[in-house]
Amino acid sequence: MAADPLVHGPQQPADMLLRDVHVLDPRAELDARHDVRVRGGEIAEIGPPGTLAYAPEEELLEGQGRHLLPAFFDPHVHMRTPGQEHKEDLDSGTRAAAAGGYAAVLAMPNTDPVLDSAPLLRSLREAAAREARVSIGFLPSITRGLLGDQLTEMAELRQEGAVGFTDDGRPVQSAGMLRKALQYQRLCGGVIALHEEDPTLSRGGAMHEGAVSAALGIGGIPSVSESTMVARDAALAGYEGARVHFQHLSCVASVHAVAHAKAQGWRVSAEVSPHHLLLTEEHVRAMDTRMKMNPPLATEADRQALVEGLRCGTIDCVATDHAPHAREEKEVPFEQAPMGTTGLETAFAALYTGLVLPGVVGLDTLVARMTAGAELFELPTPRIAPGEAANVTLVDLDAEWLAGERGWESRSENSCFAGQKLQGKVLLTLCRGAVAYRERAFSVVGA
Amino acid sequence: MNHLLSIADLDRAGIERIVERAQRFAEVSDREIKKVPALRGRMVLNLFYEASTRTRSSFELAAKRLSADVVNFAASGSSVEKGESLKDTVLTLSAHKPDAIVLRTPWAGAAELVSQWCGAAIVNAGDGKREHPTQALLDVYTLHSRLGKLDGASIWIVGDVAHSRVARSNIIAFQRMGAKVTVAGPPTLIPRGIEALGCDVRFTLDELASADVVYTLRMQHERMSETWVPSLREYASWYQVNGRRLSPRQVLMHPGPVNRGVELSGEVVDSPQAVITAQVEAGVVVRMAVLYELLAGASAPPASPSSGRPEPAGAAIGERQPA
Repeated sequence: MAADPLVHGPQQPADMLLRDVHVLDPRAELDARHDVRVRGGEIAEIGPPGTLAYAPEEELLEGQGRHLLPAFFDPHVHMRTPGQEHKEDLDSGTRAAAAGGYAAVLAMPNTDPVLDSAPLLRSLREAAAREARVSIGFLPSITRGLLGDQLTEMAELRQEGAVGFTDDGRPVQSAGMLRKALQYQRLCGGVIALHEEDPTLSRGGAMHEGAVSAALGIGGIPSVSESTMVARDAALAGYEGARVHFQHLSCVASVHAVAHAKAQGWRVSAEVSPHHLLLTEEHVRAMDTRMKMNPPLATEADRQALVEGLRCGTIDCVATDHAPHAREEKEVPFEQAPMGTTGLETAFAALYTGLVLPGVVGLDTLVARMTAGAELFELPTPRIAPGEAANVTLVDLDAEWLAGERGWESRSENSCFAGQKLQGKVLLTLCRGAVAYRERAFSVVGA
Repeated sequence: MNHLLSIADLDRAGIERIVERAQRFAEVSDREIKKVPALRGRMVLNLFYEASTRTRSSFELAAKRLSADVVNFAASGSSVEKGESLKDTVLTLSAHKPDAIVLRTPWAGAAELVSQWCGAAIVNAGDGKREHPTQALLDVYTLHSRLGKLDGASIWIVGDVAHSRVARSNIIAFQRMGAKVTVAGPPTLIPRGIEALGCDVRFTLDELASADVVYTLRMQHERMSETWVPSLREYASWYQVNGRRLSPRQVLMHPGPVNRGVELSGEVVDSPQAVITAQVEAGVVVRMAVLYELLAGASAPPASPSSGRPEPAGAAIGERQPA
């Protein structure tokens, strides 16, 4: 019997009455003001506003019409543990997740040592059961040491609780190697998530190849470095009938490749990050190292294709690729800096501000895409319905804030949105009924 | 102007101002005593993370002719090799209170970063493959001496544009001075998107005859981690500027050091059309003008009391007085 793939810390569930909150859950077809009672880690009761009686042992929160959403699910974060705890650890990383409205995240294996063995997975899950503020699952590597030449013991890892597998940070460069993993998936299951990049095309690059890289004299990474690999691996998945998930799409050609694969009936899904949905190579012109990520920020046409892909569902979900780095690691010239931006604490507000407020994407679609990752990885999707686990987040859609103005829950501060004025603020996140995050200024009434 | 980080920091008037001041400094170079006291008591720090002889010595000479104190700091053999970061090195060296830091690094944008970390005027002496603004200024100066104004001139920049900071600064500078710029070279060495800088792109030298100025770039073996052309022999047969391709009315330039027999044939290097030596000479006076502009020019910040700034230094320029 395989272990439960998600683990969470020991926090006790709260008993709480959320009075007069605007419940928005596209899957439950809820979009109206309600009272919501949370008890014993579950959503106990939902009723019209003012109808649920307050019980004295409960905490009472006056929602005043603020939005209660199913908590977000991030299938792509870097918790940097073990080995790089100066960037992030399970406590700080899951606190950042909770502050962003997430009740569950999936951690990548490019740690030190690489998460590629069952004993290491077990010890990480034990640590998570002590420290994690929100639920966390782990994706061990496809190949040992991320070296691309030998499969990990995928079946044993699955028994130990592996959600799926990925060599994130690197591609599986050899098609033959990936094919073996896809075949082996028939035995052990688990979604295989792919970071797509042809290193023979991307080598020496530090940003998107185009007008800006030409002007800056910085080595460029051409978009085809990603899209050719998406097309190759989609075809392999189709041939093997395997289930693959494409990570952090960054360009129009990759969106087309995914659309083509889905049209063939191949079992593929895809994610996109907030930064690729909102920023372009123009943001790299000032050589701010917080704008350096892999895949790199591309063109406006790419950005628009990603937004449209997300809107219409070719891209299934939003993933932050939360990639913390210490200040001194990023305070270097652009070409020397490591790739990555943090993302958990700004994802919802940045996308709400950048896509929902201008009317490009509906709030219901954004909520659906920020929670869809769970189902893609064969995990329960957060739903606001009686009897469901109380994984919810309360947001104030009118609140404006400057990203980072009050610091970060994350141990690192390399946010590509730092200093930007955002609208939409997470006030409260419940993970299985336990308070994982509460905005300090959010007044508590009652209790 | 507080720093010279990119040639784009200077508009046409700014470039002309530096060129004119360099022309006045050129006279100093012809004197028996090649020094003026303009920057007496000021400190110029040469911070070089890459091997360089001509640029570094050119800056050193320029600073010394302005009577500044010069400290050379090379990354090799220093704390940098012990793992000190650029920021820590700059903060450490800033404790000596340099008035200007001349910085060369293999990293684009390093000069901008350093300008945020310390109070000295920063001169970008080459940041990776991005820019080399004083090279562009000395090239404009050289062409001014030879041709007068550049308005309407056709300038071809030939060779390895991809790895050339000289190309990027010169594309901008020549266009600001009114010239039409064409870059030409093998497709593997012309960066995709370079036309966004306003230049034309050619992959052969078939139309080279239309150029008034032919600016050849060095094939930078040291920057190439893989094969960009099938062979230097094939490169030379397609892109070498030689007696057959160069017409007598054209001016030939090269930032040096020249690979004879690769991008240039020996006979054109030694021809009267070549202004390569004039470029080197221009390097000192143009860098004098840049240091003067930053540390003693109208827009320079006032000197701190301790640095013993001399009396209005501008008066000394062009006057015959022993330094």
